[in-house]
Amino acid sequence: MSKARIATIWLDGCSGCHMSFLDIDERLIELADKIELVYSPLVDAKEYPENVDVVLCEGAVSNEDDLKKILKVRARTKILVSLGDCAVNSNVPSMRNPFGVEAVCHRAYIENAQLNQQIPNQVIPQLLKRARPIHECVKVDVFVPGCPPSADSIYYVVSELLAGRMPDTASKTRFGA
Amino acid sequence: MNPSAQKTLSVKTLQIDGKDVSAREDQTILDVARENGIFIPTLCNLDGLTPIGACRICLVEVKGARRLLPACITQVQDNMEVFTNSETLVKYRKMILELLFAERNHVCSVCVANGHCELQSMAQKLGVDHIRYPYLYPKLSVDASHDRFAADHNRCILCQRCVRVCDEIEGAHTWDTMGRGTSAQVITDLNQPWGTSETCTSCGKCVQVCPTGTLFEKGRASGEMTKREFLPYLTLMREERE
Repeated sequence: MSKARIATIWLDGCSGCHMSFLDIDERLIELADKIELVYSPLVDAKEYPENVDVVLCEGAVSNEDDLKKILKVRARTKILVSLGDCAVNSNVPSMRNPFGVEAVCHRAYIENAQLNQQIPNQVIPQLLKRARPIHECVKVDVFVPGCPPSADSIYYVVSELLAGRMPDTASKTRFGA
Repeated sequence: MNPSAQKTLSVKTLQIDGKDVSAREDQTILDVARENGIFIPTLCNLDGLTPIGACRICLVEVKGARRLLPACITQVQDNMEVFTNSETLVKYRKMILELLFAERNHVCSVCVANGHCELQSMAQKLGVDHIRYPYLYPKLSVDASHDRFAADHNRCILCQRCVRVCDEIEGAHTWDTMGRGTSAQVITDLNQPWGTSETCTSCGKCVQVCPTGTLFEKGRASGEMTKREFLPYLTLMREERE
């Protein structure tokens, strides 16, 4: 049996969901026999490959780079999993949304900066008007809420998908879990 | 003795989800369903407060009725046929819940009520794992002017439990509601900072009945605001006195 091609990506999140994924501990070894990790912040692939079976997406879509990434990921992946509250409901990144980009940048880079007070407009990607949940940008197949979702619920979701079943996450995790 | 209890109440018979049940004529569909172990989800309803049908989560189908009816304020009638869990209801309840989430800034992970919130647990119970509607992201205030309590309007679902408990149980009527639709908001006295309210007795009942992290005790960090169930006791004590 060929191994399932799995990827993970990290958008506007704290990496807590990736930490929780690693928290499945020795079960990672069992998973390693069944999957090939083709792209992830945890491995060294530079370009998101074609024909990915499952991708776990952490984080909200907050800047132009996030949006470009998620569009490419969607186009090249069969099953897209929104992993964690930032991906599912934009969570903490969305707390800037009521204020608007300009006010938030002014607060961060001018009011609260000690040196070189200026709003960056080169090299780093520009913020979108709002931090958005992934499903507002592309189609999402599985939602796994939680901040972060527990290691057990992530393991459950991955195992179910590998077994060809759609996981029922309601019994395992919730918003803010 | 409660004067209303002296009146003879007639018995109504009806069907809920195909099950024959009987009820006193002054009971609501929700009362009867609960007595018979039939689950109807509720958010704004709280035993001991007057039901007002604000949240619409308890909507049920009644045969012959042209619209869905809130179980908490619909009185039973003879030969009523009630359905509590049809496909339509499941669909609408999810929609209502998602609209509540979309209307304000409910950031569960950093909320004082995380893990003790009725909105959060209802979402899990009804299988709401994401919100299909665009979030409004309103800019709302946090009133921390009171010595002991704070009000974070980002988390409010306008259930009006605070308004009712303050009026009906404490008798102060400090809380009320202002505005309509998405701009409706609970207010203290004449829409002034809570700390400046002259009617507030600082009893904290509103804080204890709040289903979300809107009203909380100061000094509570994320997930630390737990609530005590005191209303059944107060109601019982008052009934005995009457």
